[in-house]
Amino acid sequence: MKLTGSQILCESLLKEGVDVVFGYPGGQVLPLYHTLTQYPALRHILVRHEQGAVHAADAYSRVTGRIGVCLATSGPGATNLITGLANAYMDSVPMVAITGQVPRTMIGRDAFQEADITGITIPITKHNYLVMDVNDLARTVKEAFYIAGTGRPGPVLIDLPRDIQQELADFHYPARLNLPGYKPTLGGNPLQIKKAAKLLAEAAKPVIIAGHGVRISHAYGELKQLAETLQAPVITTLLGISSFPESHELSFGMLGMHGSAYANLAVTDSDLIIAIGMRFDDRATGKISAFAPDARVIHIDIDPAEVGKNVKVDVPIVGDAKTILVELNKEIAPKRHDAWLAQLNGWKREFPSGFEIRESETILPQYVIRKIWETTKGQATVVTGVGQHQMFAAQHYFYDKPNSFITSGGLGTMGFELPAAFGAKIGLPDETVWCIAGDGSIQMTIQELGTIRQENADVKIAILNNGFLGMVRQWQELFYERNYSATPLWCPDFIKIAEAYCIPAQNVTCKADVISAIEKAMATPGPYIINFVVEPEENVYPMVPPGAGIDNILHEPRKEAC
Amino acid sequence: MAATKHTIVALVADRPGVLNRMASLFRRRGFNIDSIAVGHSETPHLSRMTIVAEGSNTQVEQIRKQVEKIIDVIRVQDISAQDIVTRELALIKVKAGAENRSEIMQIVDIFRAKIVDVSADSVMVEATGDEEKVDSLYNLLKPFGIKEMTRTGRIAMTRGEQSGRREDTAD
Repeated sequence: MKLTGSQILCESLLKEGVDVVFGYPGGQVLPLYHTLTQYPALRHILVRHEQGAVHAADAYSRVTGRIGVCLATSGPGATNLITGLANAYMDSVPMVAITGQVPRTMIGRDAFQEADITGITIPITKHNYLVMDVNDLARTVKEAFYIAGTGRPGPVLIDLPRDIQQELADFHYPARLNLPGYKPTLGGNPLQIKKAAKLLAEAAKPVIIAGHGVRISHAYGELKQLAETLQAPVITTLLGISSFPESHELSFGMLGMHGSAYANLAVTDSDLIIAIGMRFDDRATGKISAFAPDARVIHIDIDPAEVGKNVKVDVPIVGDAKTILVELNKEIAPKRHDAWLAQLNGWKREFPSGFEIRESETILPQYVIRKIWETTKGQATVVTGVGQHQMFAAQHYFYDKPNSFITSGGLGTMGFELPAAFGAKIGLPDETVWCIAGDGSIQMTIQELGTIRQENADVKIAILNNGFLGMVRQWQELFYERNYSATPLWCPDFIKIAEAYCIPAQNVTCKADVISAIEKAMATPGPYIINFVVEPEENVYPMVPPGAGIDNILHEPRKEAC
Repeated sequence: MAATKHTIVALVADRPGVLNRMASLFRRRGFNIDSIAVGHSETPHLSRMTIVAEGSNTQVEQIRKQVEKIIDVIRVQDISAQDIVTRELALIKVKAGAENRSEIMQIVDIFRAKIVDVSADSVMVEATGDEEKVDSLYNLLKPFGIKEMTRTGRIAMTRGEQSGRREDTAD
């Protein structure tokens, strides 16, 4: 029996185990939307803007480890995916995006709502396809999922002309793939692993830097074993947060621009770095020439192009983090680094910033995060946007649960939090999901409250409202003579917005009400919004000035309680 | 590190957009492509590209690794340090009246080039060789007046057994 292109697509998605599609209909995907109702196993979730669909698919992917799928029409629908695709690409998130395209006969004629989406997305997708023959469709879907989910994961886009959605063909889902140009290396080179083990045995001041790759390959147990056997400190990147329990005595927080002072000092002073699934982003390394000047570097990464890209590497090991750590753990013997750990703990006592919250009558954003941590007992999945609130959430919630911190790292996408928190909740229906939002960030995608309401998604939303584009304001305060150009931000009445979306909400303006508001949000079924009016000019400390070495740390100036 | 010219050869799937993917990658990483030449390879549905670009060894190694990540790229090598044969084809249209035609023909002979078209006031010269040879020929013909020139850019292949054949890609 012959199927239409739309049916072939739906059947293929089912073969790939897809059960949720985040999307938005439009002219050039109407045949597909018509068909979707025949496939109740494919739950379609209507977002309010295509950017919401792609961020939701992104977070769904991150929390479940499955491949998120989003769907949009041609032209503006497709171009509205761009930010989210770039976000997923930068953070190595597996995703398949399907876009409608004008019929084949119209391609290249600047037809209504035509955009060259495969051309546009070449630099921000792992791969993309324009399907020009319905007989290629099933194979294309199979390839897309395989490419998105294997090796270094990333988004793959399939552009599907409308007439192909309607054309008939036999449906054969291929059992095998033939991709001669795509052979990701998984197992690390045994000689390199032995070399790494030897360096680790010799090191006096080793540091493990854990990145997103640990989470992507679920190497939590292997990382812990490595750290404990070596008695080596574990420091994470921003996206590495929640790859190693922060309550562990070997956990020394995050490095980089807003990393803890002791993490940055430890990395700078170390004699050996073993970097696992991280890409030496400038926000993590600071000025490269000042980065760990005395350290030799072992770099484990699945992407050979990451090795030696930013930092000179002594022992590169290309492959999957988990596979390599399993092998590496067999090669290493228990060791102690008591003096080194004592040195780190000394720094921790000396520069406790990031742990200590000063007394204040106004609500400090750090205090809010800390209370959410206490109330949720550290068991929530925390999703953030980008800005000061993101850094406060990174610093003041303590992540013991694997893979529980979802944030936009590489691209730094404001507006990520609300649709991503929604996507995370769809992926983890039984878990507590907290969306930590900035008043600026949330307004970029605030219409997704409509999606949250329509799906009755139990997302708890905390807005840290300081009336500023906080992080930009902080830079203006510190580096631009406090010239607050375009950073004071008028905000709508978030309670009325919530009311319009039929979502219960409350303002919190005094410190005494913080805990009860969080508890109330937790006790209320379904979504809940708390607008915390926080200290307007609070800064994120510690901070490494842009372009400086990571040991060049600005500590929080002592302020009087106000 | 010193920037030098690198010759990169890639075996790629013969699909729409592959040249664009390749060129786009060089562009976004800030590389100027000196020349890029594409044509069929010995295997059906696979093309071979030769790209000449300038950069330090580290930069070119990085871009080679990035190119390798393109799904349609089967294999890519920087063969600059190897023993290679490089060729370029040029067509040069030179002003040539009766008075200097024989002089031009002599030069063309010395370079083992060919005259492939003659008109009343011009000749078209076809030349193959490495860039230096084509450059020298061009410089000698220049005084007569060049009306038009087109060059293919470099194609290259390693000598002897070492090669970028598809059978070698199993590693």
